[in-house]
Amino acid sequence: MADAIFTLDHVSFAYDEDAPLAVRDVTLSVPFGEFHAVLGRNGSGKSTMAKLMNGLYTPTEGTVTVCGMDTRDEKNTWEIRRRAGMVFQNPDNQLVATVVREDVAFGLENIGVPTEEMPGRIERALVDVGMMEYAERAPHLLSGGQKQRVAIAGVLAMEPEAIIFDESTAMLDPRGRREVLNAVKRLNRDKGITVIWITHFMEEAVEADRVHVMHDGQIVMSGMPREVFTQEEKLREYRLDAPVTARLARRLRKAGMPLPEGILTPEEMAEEVAKLC
Amino acid sequence: MAFNNITLGQYYPVDSEVHKMDPRVKIVLLIAAIVAVFLAQNLMALVPVMVFLALAARLSRVPVKLMIKGLKPLRFILILTFVMNLFFLPGETPLLDLGFAVIKRESVITAVRYSLRLVLLVLFSSLLTLTTAPIALTDGLERLLSPLKVIRFPAHEMAMMMTIALRFIPTLLEEADKIMKAQTARGADFESGNLFKRAKAMVPLLVPLFVSAFRRAGDLAMAMEARCYHGGEGRTRLRVLKCEERDYWACLWVAVLILGVALVNRLF
Repeated sequence: MADAIFTLDHVSFAYDEDAPLAVRDVTLSVPFGEFHAVLGRNGSGKSTMAKLMNGLYTPTEGTVTVCGMDTRDEKNTWEIRRRAGMVFQNPDNQLVATVVREDVAFGLENIGVPTEEMPGRIERALVDVGMMEYAERAPHLLSGGQKQRVAIAGVLAMEPEAIIFDESTAMLDPRGRREVLNAVKRLNRDKGITVIWITHFMEEAVEADRVHVMHDGQIVMSGMPREVFTQEEKLREYRLDAPVTARLARRLRKAGMPLPEGILTPEEMAEEVAKLC
Repeated sequence: MAFNNITLGQYYPVDSEVHKMDPRVKIVLLIAAIVAVFLAQNLMALVPVMVFLALAARLSRVPVKLMIKGLKPLRFILILTFVMNLFFLPGETPLLDLGFAVIKRESVITAVRYSLRLVLLVLFSSLLTLTTAPIALTDGLERLLSPLKVIRFPAHEMAMMMTIALRFIPTLLEEADKIMKAQTARGADFESGNLFKRAKAMVPLLVPLFVSAFRRAGDLAMAMEARCYHGGEGRTRLRVLKCEERDYWACLWVAVLILGVALVNRLF
């Protein structure tokens, strides 16, 4: 597919030769500019899949291509990682420098961006995530959400086509989580950056273009959030809960309120309830 | 046990000509100043060195108190040097008879000279660390050592390690504090008992700290790779070090200092 940024073709991956497969026969295609959420319990293989998508791991079987480049070809490695940046889970363990500005510069230094170009790109990236006023601060003094936004800026400065978020909100408090998710949604909407959002928080996936559910290394459900989250029974099979609002809607329907199917967000709920009054 | 007010290194951030100097020049000039200290063959020759240090310290706007503080950890060595030299150096002119030993004029002079030399060395080094941010220091060191890459000296890797260490010291301290509190909450006692007992109490603190440090290292390595880090090759830098007029002036003054010391050596 020409318009897909990530293409996974029957991809399997095992950490060791005799270890069980962490990812099994996954086929997936992500078009440019979309926001895809990947859901799954711990150990479902979602994090492993993320690392297959920028060449941190190479598939045991099958092929992964990023912008048409095979991740197994070593000469592509750095270009793939520039185009598909990654933000990790632990905000403390991915910042390298002792000053925010210099941390954002780290990726630029690695790919050999000329010194004159750096300040402009750093500033734009920091402004995009709303962290410009912290440019001269030490990262260890920032909150978790702020650290993650700095990490995003570090990726953003490299002008990527896509950013893969590997449970980047898992260690944040609700406020930090909102901060980061909002910044990411903005980047997706305004800059057309493709987003792969790996999470175990259902609520974070309701506004995605597509949702993939992983279980035991396989993609077991795929579709629009509305399609996926209304199948509450099936989700429970994979030990996932539908978003709270969806569950509430179902209970209310059961209790006799004539609500339509497919309510996922509190806003939609409010609208539908208001119609009834 | 609080690690809250920890400052990294002893950098004193004010705006001064000394602060603004190129770190490479500062490191080289520190070495030159050390040479000047060792060049001085008598007490008189140390006078220009002291004058120079005083002027440089003044120019750096670092409070004198802070500089003196740098000597505190060395007080025992200083006293020891002084006393040893005082009693054991040969001399001819007796000055004071203590009964068990005779203090001689020559040994007093030498003892003062040696201790003073030590003090000056420490003060010069403090002046460097007080006026240079740790990160600038590693930067300067990397650049100064990079010619050694020819003989496979890992200058870039060393500087990167230092940078990462600087970045993670506060994080690890915070974590140590957290673990300590968790252990204290479960009845661990870190503060009583003799030195041996207290050292033993540190074991349940150090083990989790090490485990987590290794986990962090693994995470960080992966994050660095994801951001295209592949060693020093083909890497550009955000900050370029540039020698400016003030750096040339500083070099000139240090040259004058060395000449001054040599001259005084001749005169006395």
